[in-house]
Amino acid sequence: MKLKKNIAVSETGFLFDPNSGESFSLNETGKKILQFLKEEKSENQISEWFVKNYEVDQATFENNFNDFITVLQNFRITE
Amino acid sequence: MKEKLKYERPIITKINAGVTDKFGMRAKMPVISEIDGIPVKELINKYGSPSFILSEQTIRKTYNDAKRAFTTRYPNVQFAWSYKTNYMNAVCKIFHSEGSWAEVVSGFEYDKAISNGVPGNKIIFNGPDKSKEDLQKATNNGSYIHIDHFDELYDLLSIAETSEKRPKVAIRVNMDTGIFPQWDRFGFNYENGEAWNALNRIMMSKKLDLIGLHTHIGTYMMTPAPYGVAASKLAELAVRLERKFNHKIKYIDMGGGFASKNTLKGAYLPGKDTCPTFDQYAEAISNALINSELDPNEMPTLFLETGRALIDDAGYITGSVLANKRLADGRRSMIIDTGVNMLFTSFWYEHEIYPAKEVSSHSEDTTIYGPLCMNIDVIRSVIKFPLLQKGDHYVIKRIGAYNMTQWMQFITLRPKIILVDPEGKTHIIRENETNESLTSLEVIPEHLK
Repeated sequence: MKLKKNIAVSETGFLFDPNSGESFSLNETGKKILQFLKEEKSENQISEWFVKNYEVDQATFENNFNDFITVLQNFRITE
Repeated sequence: MKEKLKYERPIITKINAGVTDKFGMRAKMPVISEIDGIPVKELINKYGSPSFILSEQTIRKTYNDAKRAFTTRYPNVQFAWSYKTNYMNAVCKIFHSEGSWAEVVSGFEYDKAISNGVPGNKIIFNGPDKSKEDLQKATNNGSYIHIDHFDELYDLLSIAETSEKRPKVAIRVNMDTGIFPQWDRFGFNYENGEAWNALNRIMMSKKLDLIGLHTHIGTYMMTPAPYGVAASKLAELAVRLERKFNHKIKYIDMGGGFASKNTLKGAYLPGKDTCPTFDQYAEAISNALINSELDPNEMPTLFLETGRALIDDAGYITGSVLANKRLADGRRSMIIDTGVNMLFTSFWYEHEIYPAKEVSSHSEDTTIYGPLCMNIDVIRSVIKFPLLQKGDHYVIKRIGAYNMTQWMQFITLRPKIILVDPEGKTHIIRENETNESLTSLEVIPEHLK
């Protein structure tokens, strides 16, 4: 899963896609995932980090993560 | 060990730059975490998910608000609890304990009122379906029979010939009050003279005690003015009766139809902002009667059969999220365990639904579906809703009217109904259905056994 080039994410969770000119807002967990995707971390690495640091089990996180990726694809933020 | 962070489902939402509307956006959805002081979680753990919850305190408060609005404006006022709106016995008994009579519309409801301890002479019998047996029973008990059509009038005349007691009757009058659609299916029409004709026949027959006039002008009436028009027209009929027959009626019954604070589908503004107050309805009706030609020394009693507006706010559904999924266009859909089978009013209301625990300010455009395998099972088609997960609890507000009578057993079994009393104690007032309770009415023919 790769993000498109030039996607900019601010510290407050504001995302700008210069390719389309569209803006988005992210919540805290969404922002963290975007950051990991930018660092080209794998799904397993991301999942492990979340289960370790947040009050969430692996199944719930993976379910939410996949859903989030689907939305990113819908918004054409991924390649 | 390091404490883990509070988790919220990841979300990304598109920012749409455009003209804002004049209402602005609420940043965060309110939460209903308890009902009358009892945590929603506790209610669900104890009584299951979903459950219907009724607040006795709210029922009594709403009733007394309505009563105050009318009794401070008109000398004689009597409420009659509309059984069809919610005929759980516990609910009816609360209204009766406050002084409400019973307003019933079928033989079944009539018997329910009697078994709830309502004396026969404190039952108003409306509705187009009254069998001859029903009419005989109501006559014997001295109930107030509101005649819906000429066939019923003739039934009553024949009963009066053989009965020891004279039937106590009123006629139901339909009329143009300036609203659309005009209801004309109940009773006799005012404008075309049918109502006056029915009154003449009753008076000429000398077999029935004509004691009142009734109307039910519509439902979810969003403006009080038509009640004023209706009250004037009934007062005019009462005055004509007095002039022609020297006969005074004892009461004028304005029926029901007051709106509740629920929002109708397609409405531009929320119901809680547009719903008239009891004071506004009372003002319209009382003014019309007081300003009429009725004898001020013997004003008829004003009967009210308000249902929806008295009980809607007292009802809640507590339940759980079953799943979240994406629709083809990327929208989120959330499946909850309350369907249209038990929330019948979701066909015409945009019901208010709230999370039962604290949520962040993030939300998504969501369609909320019920659990039925039916495409029509939609509780909210478009709502900005917080990021609840499977198993999280929700509360649907203002469901006290009609759902506990119009619900149907379909696909799932109907849940428990719980009453929270004014001391904060909970009581099961209707058990949940079981396979056994449901199939006990079925009979399998010998050849299929």
